[in-house]
Amino acid sequence: MSEYLVLIYERESDWENADEKVAGKIMDQHNEFGAKNSAALRGGNALHPTSSATSLRRDSSGELLVTDGAFAETKEALGGYYVIEAADLDEALSIAAQVPAQFGGVEVRPIRVFD
Amino acid sequence: MADAHRREWARVLATTIGVTGDIDLAEECVQDAYSRALTNWRETEIPANPGAWLTTVARRRAIDLVRRRSTQERLFATLVDQNDIDSPREETDQGPADDRLRLIFTCCHPSLSIETRVALTLKLVCGLTTSEIARAFLVSEPTMAARITRAKKKIATSRIPYRVPTPEDLPARIDAVLLVVHLVFTTGHTAPSGSDLVRGDLVERSLELARLLRLLLPDRSDVTGLLALILLTDARRRTRTGPGGDLLLLSQQDRSRWDHSAIEEGTVLVRGALSQRPASRFALMAAIAALHAASPSWEITDWNEIVALYDLLLVAWPSPVVALNRAAAVGFAHGPQAGLVALDALSRDPLLSNYSYLASTRAHFLDALERNVEARAAYEEALEHCENEVERVFLRQRVKNLDARQASEDVTSGVNRKTVSPSLKTVEGPA
Repeated sequence: MSEYLVLIYERESDWENADEKVAGKIMDQHNEFGAKNSAALRGGNALHPTSSATSLRRDSSGELLVTDGAFAETKEALGGYYVIEAADLDEALSIAAQVPAQFGGVEVRPIRVFD
Repeated sequence: MADAHRREWARVLATTIGVTGDIDLAEECVQDAYSRALTNWRETEIPANPGAWLTTVARRRAIDLVRRRSTQERLFATLVDQNDIDSPREETDQGPADDRLRLIFTCCHPSLSIETRVALTLKLVCGLTTSEIARAFLVSEPTMAARITRAKKKIATSRIPYRVPTPEDLPARIDAVLLVVHLVFTTGHTAPSGSDLVRGDLVERSLELARLLRLLLPDRSDVTGLLALILLTDARRRTRTGPGGDLLLLSQQDRSRWDHSAIEEGTVLVRGALSQRPASRFALMAAIAALHAASPSWEITDWNEIVALYDLLLVAWPSPVVALNRAAAVGFAHGPQAGLVALDALSRDPLLSNYSYLASTRAHFLDALERNVEARAAYEEALEHCENEVERVFLRQRVKNLDARQASEDVTSGVNRKTVSPSLKTVEGPA
C-alpha cells in the first residue's frame, strides 16, 4: 500500500460566485465522498482562499522576503486536499476521480517514504 | 537473427518483471541470463527451446534477488503477487503472452505522456535499444535515455500497476494502448522529417504490437480494426516511391504490386471489426483503406462510399485531420470546386494551421481548376510546413510543373490543356 496526496485545484472566482445553495451541495458531496471512501482516507482539509496566504522566501543574499498571496499565481489554486491510501496508482486514481472538484480538477501525487 | 533476439529478449523481460515488479531489476536479470547463455551454450548444446531456458534462468535470478532484497526493502512488494514468487508457474504459451500484455498496459498507462508511452513500449515490449528509439524520433540518445529513466521512476514511485486492467477500465485503457501503436505506425509510414519516406522498422514494430494485441484481445473491434488498418495501408509500401525514390501518390501507384496477401488478411479482419457495433474508429479507417485496396484502379474508386465512411468516422472520432481527409474525398467524389468549399470550412482550425496536408490538398484542387497563382501560393505554404524530404521534392516538382504550364499558357494562350491527373496523398488517412 502507498499513500497519495490528492490536491484539489479550482478557480477561486467560481467559488466566490457560487451561492450558498451550490456551496452547500458541494459540501454534501465531500461528506458523501468521505463516507464512501473512509477505509482509504488518511486525512484532508479545506483551505481558505489564496488571498489569505502569506509566502516566505529568501532572496540571493539570504534575506527573508514576506509577500502577500500564494507562492505561485495560477488560474486554478490549491483549495484543499485529501491523503488517501491505495494499493497502486489505478486504485488511487479511481478514488481521486470521485473527489468533488467541479470548478477545476485534482492532482494525484505519491507521498514519499524515507526508510 | 537480431530480430529473434530482440523479440525473445522482450518476452523474457515481461515474465521477469512479473517476478521483480521492478523494471530495472528485471532488465539486470535478463542481461545476466543472456550472458550466462553465451558461456553455457558454447560448452553445451543450445537447448531446444532457448526462450524457455532464458526465462527460467532470469526468473530464478529474479526470485533470488527479490527474496534477498525484500527482507531489507519493502519496495519490491510492489504489485507482485507473493504467490508468483513462492510457487513458480508452469511455463505455458499463455503465460508469457499474458506477461507481455500486462507490460503493454504498464508502458501505455494514461498517466504517462504519449511520447513516454511510445518510448517505453518500443524499449520494453519491442526490445529496441535506447539509441534505436532516439534515432527513430530524432532526439539525442541522452535525451531519450533520460526520458526512459524518468518514466521508469514514475512507474515505481507512483506504483503504476503491472496488470491487465479490469473489464470496466479496459475500454479507456485499451484506447491509450492503441493510440501508441497507431502513432508508432504513422511515424513509420510517413516519417515526420528526414530523407526517407518510410521508416520500415517502426512500421514492422507497430504491426508486431497490433498482432500481439489481437492475439490477446481477439474480440475487440478497435484492436482488430487497427491491425487491419496497418496491414491494408502498409500493403502499398513498395509502390509509394518510384525507382528514383520519388513520391508516388495513390493515383500513380502500380496496384498489381501491392502486397496482396496483406490485403487479403486485412480485408477479412475489417469484416470482423465492422460486424461489431458501434464500429470503432480504427475499423472505419481500415474500411476506407480496404475500399482503396479493393478498387482495381484510381479512376473507379467509389468516392461516395469513402465520403460516407468519413462521415461515420467523424462521429466516432471528431478530429480536424479526419475532417480534412473527408474534404479531400468530397473533392474526388464531386469535383475540385466542391473539394475547395469543403476545405474552406477547415481553414481557420488552429489545429491544422501547421499541417502541410491542408495546404497541399488546397493546392491540388486549385491546380486541377487551373487557378495557377493561388495553387502556387498553396504549394509554397505546404512546403513551409513539410519536413519530409521525399514529400518536399514532390511539392517542388508540382510547383515546377505549374510554372511550366503557366509559361506555355503565356505562349499559346487560349489553347485547352488536359487536366492534371487527380492525385492526393491525404486521402488514406493522416499521412
